[in-house]
Amino acid sequence: MTRAGKWLSEHVVLGVGLLVLLYMFVPIFIVVLMSFNDPASRQSYSFDGFTLDNWLKPCDPNGICESLTLSIQIALLATLGATILGTLMAFALVRHRFRGRAVANVFTFLPMASPEIVMGSSLLALFVTAGLAGQLGFWTILVSHIMFCLSFVVVTVKARLAGLDPRLEQAAMDLYANEWQTFWRVTFPLVFPGILAAALLSFSLSFDDFIITNLNAGQEVTFPMYVWGAAQRGVPPQINVIGTVMFLVALSLVVVGEVVSRRRAARV
Amino acid sequence: MTDAATVPATEGHHDTGDLQLTGLTKKFGDFVAVDDLDLTVPSGSFFALLGPSGCGKTTTLRMVAGLEEPTAGSIHLGGRDIAHDKPYRRPVNTVFQSYALFPHMTIFENVAFGLRRTGSKEVKAEVAKTLELVELGDFALRKPAQLSGGQQQRVALARALINRPQVLLLDEPLGALDLKLRRQMQIELKRIQTDVGITFVHVTHDQEEAMTMADTVAVMNAGVIEQMGAPRELYELPRTTFVANFLGQSNLIRGTVLGPDGTDVWVEIEGSKLRVPRERAVDQTGDVWVGIRPEKVFLAAAGSETGDGSNQVAGGRVTDVSFIGVSTQYLVRMAWGQELTVFEQNTGARDSFRAGDPVDLHWMPDHTFVLDAAQDAQAGAQLEDPS
Amino acid sequence: MSHGGLAPHVEQAAAATPPEQRRSGRTGYLLLLPALIWLGIFFVVPMISLASTSLYDPAGSLETGYAMTGHVQNYLTVLDEYSPQFLRSLLYAGMATALCIVLGYPLAYAIAFKAGRWKNVMLVAVIAPFFTSFLIRTLSWQFILGDQAWLADVLRATRIMDLLIAVQLVGEQGNLLATPFAVVAGLTYNFLPFMVLPLYASLEKIDPRLHEAGADLYASPITTFRTVTLPLSLPGLVAGTLLTFIPAAGDYINSELLGNPNTTMIGNVIQNLFNGGSYPEAAALSVTLMIAIVVMVLFYIRRAGTEELV
Repeated sequence: MTRAGKWLSEHVVLGVGLLVLLYMFVPIFIVVLMSFNDPASRQSYSFDGFTLDNWLKPCDPNGICESLTLSIQIALLATLGATILGTLMAFALVRHRFRGRAVANVFTFLPMASPEIVMGSSLLALFVTAGLAGQLGFWTILVSHIMFCLSFVVVTVKARLAGLDPRLEQAAMDLYANEWQTFWRVTFPLVFPGILAAALLSFSLSFDDFIITNLNAGQEVTFPMYVWGAAQRGVPPQINVIGTVMFLVALSLVVVGEVVSRRRAARV
Repeated sequence: MTDAATVPATEGHHDTGDLQLTGLTKKFGDFVAVDDLDLTVPSGSFFALLGPSGCGKTTTLRMVAGLEEPTAGSIHLGGRDIAHDKPYRRPVNTVFQSYALFPHMTIFENVAFGLRRTGSKEVKAEVAKTLELVELGDFALRKPAQLSGGQQQRVALARALINRPQVLLLDEPLGALDLKLRRQMQIELKRIQTDVGITFVHVTHDQEEAMTMADTVAVMNAGVIEQMGAPRELYELPRTTFVANFLGQSNLIRGTVLGPDGTDVWVEIEGSKLRVPRERAVDQTGDVWVGIRPEKVFLAAAGSETGDGSNQVAGGRVTDVSFIGVSTQYLVRMAWGQELTVFEQNTGARDSFRAGDPVDLHWMPDHTFVLDAAQDAQAGAQLEDPS
Repeated sequence: MSHGGLAPHVEQAAAATPPEQRRSGRTGYLLLLPALIWLGIFFVVPMISLASTSLYDPAGSLETGYAMTGHVQNYLTVLDEYSPQFLRSLLYAGMATALCIVLGYPLAYAIAFKAGRWKNVMLVAVIAPFFTSFLIRTLSWQFILGDQAWLADVLRATRIMDLLIAVQLVGEQGNLLATPFAVVAGLTYNFLPFMVLPLYASLEKIDPRLHEAGADLYASPITTFRTVTLPLSLPGLVAGTLLTFIPAAGDYINSELLGNPNTTMIGNVIQNLFNGGSYPEAAALSVTLMIAIVVMVLFYIRRAGTEELV
């Protein structure tokens, strides 16, 4: 095989992979680009002119920041609820014996695999049957969000916990730590990265959810719902501003996390 | 089922710092891991629990540490039965096989862990002292992941020692180290134990390690103790076929006891008569196993007379010769078909033989041992790789 | 954002607590209970509600209330009327899943075996686009596929557009938007990480020395891939397929934003029926979709057991 041919065959997979990665980022570039757009009309699809106005007045369109606030509130509370419940369940699944393991596993998996439309409509059916059809709103949204975030928390924490050597806890008890002390000084610090990852995952799932929220929100408007409405009426460029900000915030969190953990590993 | 030949049970044992296991049993379902164990570890001694994988030695250790709940029996230490105490209430610490160092804490915090739980005020000074003892004084602020295997092992030792437990349990602590480091650590551990004076209970499958380090060795097999005593005694006078094969190598030959003669017994093997001192025979009537270690056997050309009062078995033919350097190992096929092993040291003063040579075997009666014929002659043979 | 996300599987369960060492007793149940109760009330009971709603008499409404008449007729009505959308959903989801495999496998392979010290960066790069709201990203595709955008221009110039028109993937005027092509492209884009991450998790567990062993035993790289890597990556492939196909089949956002009235999927239908107040019919469709999915998951469980699920 020629040298060029060899280089090609060795790098073709990597090349294709990088192309796919690039493809995944294309819409992001567009979002960032369009955040500087000065649209000629409400329905325009093209880049008409450059302006910083959108960034200076992000809350201009009516209701956009209210919907953002609502989404953040719900995401925070849903994360709290799902993380607590899910962590407890993960501990049970990894460290304890009980009957009905298979059932627990299946019921934890199903919400992850079900189509959102089915989950959303079943929750709506529940609320309607319970006579809450007129009271859809903040609480019904929150309850739904905790439900579908739960499974992801369980999976994430479980993965971290399963990798934790139980002999570390035995060593702690051998060194005079009782069960409480062992948990707080050994188990919890070592599981914490998993819990944190689960919380972040839960936050982003909740924040970004549309289909389930839409069915159960009543009169409330979350940010994704606002975007959906805007898609029909005409997309204000501030939506792209917020999209860009979300991306940057999340990205910087990841970068900071990576830098911190590398620093810790390198410190003598 | 113990032979506490050199460890006499003292009357007041409940009041001393001796570790006393009585009738200790552990069952996992139907599987009996530890079977009615009776054992006394004298205070301040270096005690080795030796046996192949799965013999129950680690389970026994874990029961003493409190990490495993006994099915039956008691564990007495310092006058109390601690068999049902929680691990954190026992004056016992463990050095784990995998070290189990807390990865998120510095070496300092790891070693200080036990002290902090007991509310000591001298933490900093004690930790510094103990780290010096294991020669890791400069490593206090590092994390376990930054240390080599040997260093981690020493941290695990320091972490346990610093608490001055009544008994220190070591679960195959040297298993993960390379040969040279292991030899070094064996000497270190022995030195530290002598300095500090704490009772060490060391679990291992490596017979050389046990014999090098311990004052007393207990050989364990399938949940019971086969024999217990000083290393030399176990080696020179095994009482079961398992011990004979597990420690070093043995030739075991089927024989029949003919009768007593003063302090000796006469035993017949395939037409040859041998003398065996009576105290070296477990069984003094009927069929027996006659045992002789390969390095105790001398080869002589067939038909030659030695006249030194040694036992002699004639009619062998050399089938294999291996020059090892220090010794030459011969395989000799006897008239009745059995192949015996002979190690001759290459002192230069002995004859050497070639494959096919007819030879007679000689050994001193005092080196013979006689075992119960009902036991399996293969028990304990080649179970562990004597690395 | 839709569901899936197996980023946690990236963590290896190195020394999992073996079954014998798990603690028995009531603590396990106590820990489990809150979460199970929550799932029970808000997942299981709703499914039952959904099923019962699907059997209501469609003549009722939210104001007048519904009569439970065990009206199985609902199912026949909706399946009769909406079977084109149903099949279309399965078709689009299938195409999107296939494309996700074609695009996602090389990427997962590259990250697992060819990335070296860039592994973490690439993994973050796979997940990063999802930090932006998925609705906003899908709207971007509206822009990219729009008639004024350069993509359409390029395709027209190179005549590929004519080919696409011929196979009816795009509209007759050569518009990329409001076509099945756009919908499938959107679905593929949105669910790609849910294929890549499980695949990566599976591939990561493969010892690279197996590739060397294959080469040592005279296998070409392609043969090694076919006989060694591919079978070993199967669990990840199956998991990724489930986590892609299932949500894609129920999606309606992509077809709403990027499609036209002829590309509606079952999700659109269900949403519209709910909006219009036809609860029993909407529920019947939902239940049908759910049953189809449960069947597929059961298939998976039979082959792989339940411990690998979560």
